[in-house]
Amino acid sequence: MGSADLVGADAPERPRRPRWAVWGERALETIIRLSGVSAIIFVLAIFFFVFREAAPVLFNGHFNILQFLFSTAWYPTSESNIRYGTFALTLGSFSVTALAMALAVPFGLGAAIYISEFSGPKQKETLKVIIELLAAIPSVVWGFIGLTIMNKIIVAVTGAPVGVNLLNGGIILALMSVPIIVSIGEDALKAVPDSYREAALAIGTTKWQLIYRVLFPAAKNGLLAAVLLGVGRAVGETMAVLMATGHAVQIPHGVLDSVRTLTANIAAELGEAAAGSDHYRVLFLTGVLLFCITFAVNLTADFVIRGVRRK
Amino acid sequence: MADRTAIAAPFTQTAFGRRKERYQRIAQWVFLGMALAMIIPLVSIVAFLIYRAAPSLNWNFLVDIPRHGMRDGGIWPALVGTFYLVGISLAVAAPIGVLAAIYLNEYAGDNWFNRLINLAVINLAGVPSIVHALFGLGAFVYAARFGYSIISASLTLAIMTLPVIIASTREALASVPQSFREACWNVGATRWQTIKAVVLPNSISGILTGVILQVSRAAGETAPIMFTGAVFYKAVQRGDFFPYHLTDQCMALSMHLYTLATQVPDVKESVSYATAVVLLGVVLLVNAGAIALRIWMRNRKRW
Repeated sequence: MGSADLVGADAPERPRRPRWAVWGERALETIIRLSGVSAIIFVLAIFFFVFREAAPVLFNGHFNILQFLFSTAWYPTSESNIRYGTFALTLGSFSVTALAMALAVPFGLGAAIYISEFSGPKQKETLKVIIELLAAIPSVVWGFIGLTIMNKIIVAVTGAPVGVNLLNGGIILALMSVPIIVSIGEDALKAVPDSYREAALAIGTTKWQLIYRVLFPAAKNGLLAAVLLGVGRAVGETMAVLMATGHAVQIPHGVLDSVRTLTANIAAELGEAAAGSDHYRVLFLTGVLLFCITFAVNLTADFVIRGVRRK
Repeated sequence: MADRTAIAAPFTQTAFGRRKERYQRIAQWVFLGMALAMIIPLVSIVAFLIYRAAPSLNWNFLVDIPRHGMRDGGIWPALVGTFYLVGISLAVAAPIGVLAAIYLNEYAGDNWFNRLINLAVINLAGVPSIVHALFGLGAFVYAARFGYSIISASLTLAIMTLPVIIASTREALASVPQSFREACWNVGATRWQTIKAVVLPNSISGILTGVILQVSRAAGETAPIMFTGAVFYKAVQRGDFFPYHLTDQCMALSMHLYTLATQVPDVKESVSYATAVVLLGVVLLVNAGAIALRIWMRNRKRW
């Protein structure tokens, strides 16, 4: 109105967008919104479809959920007495993960500190690229390395009869989960405000005093989240532990015992279990168990990280 | 002069100061050692694999089919199969992932529903690969009746790698300064026009980086395709570029390496090492490409 008054009656009409453009844009935005929701749909779908295959065995009368969780007897193909106890497998998963974390956490956090606090820009860039490449190595290649190289090294060094065992799997998993610990840990250290560093250095602390008196307390939650995400990665890893830990379903008594993990058990036996059989459904139930474990770990890590952001 | 040394002395020469400096030096070397402890295995492993693979690494190995019950020969069917799986999973995951990232970064406000979506993306990234395999088997192979096929396997891979694309695309979009968007809105552009004209052109190389990373992740995965469409062996002509139909099962590099390492007795050693080197080479080259793209993009950034 105002502009029409200024330039006179024969001013061109304000250009309008054609109707198809308006509707096209609306359609496109609907698609964008749908894609946005897709992540939720997929997570629910994963739970639904895995649980759907597992569910019938829960209600068939002779399946005992307590035995499933707490018995160490895993005899899915026994002639006389079939038992599905996953406790030894759960323990296998936890022992491999614990060993991997015992190796990966100090090295991962140490490397994160070096990258974040000590290295110059060039060095930092190089180290980050190398860590990214380390993270990219496929798990089946790690498994192959465990089966061939680590296997021989462990037999030669420890004198154990077989080299595919808890120690082998732990080392391989440690190498696999170090990159995620380094990158999340470095983010956590980077998030500490520079004014903290300046205040500490101004009163004459060395870098090392700065790290353990100022940065550790300040970045505590972020570093914890880095460790948790490393745990999540290690628990869920399949191919590497399948190939590197040996295949014995047993409670490990030392690092040179073979173990089998929840993930490796599914990968090893799913091919042999007839679709629709109890064995097949119990393997899916193991999948549900794994889904819940990693879900809990990731959720905790996320809450820990967000605790930092809020602060 | 005498006065100055007297002042400087307490700062450098006390026992306390010396101890402090010593701890500092020790800490620095220890942390450097920890950083190097990750590089040395990477370099030595790659070098050892290549050394062992050397007798088999040649052009013929790439284009030949496996011979003598997979104990000798090449990897052509597995190489082509991996291209099929990666290509189709990319075609599915890239559009959904990029659009989802656009939604999360450009449209979503900070409310409980969008926090839920974020949580879902994080958890989707954390679901173990073997659970993805179970999902693919239950959903695509049985429920959707695609059977054991390239389609089932690639869809499983697509869902598994979706969070990679979403996360990196989001990061690329978030790096476009908010003032660019505001300038565009102020001249009357709609939200989508702003995204199309300002946000996407300024973040396209970052988005491409994410897409490339998806390719490298998908190429290396084994567990999700093992029970949905990849097989131990499939008869294929040497050098045939289109040996598979979408509803066929196929061989894949990662699966082939697993088979050679664990299922086939008496494989010629250099053949399995060479398979590992080719898989590792493909993945690392693709990743190096993504990293190079990112560095190039950062150098020519104008803001």
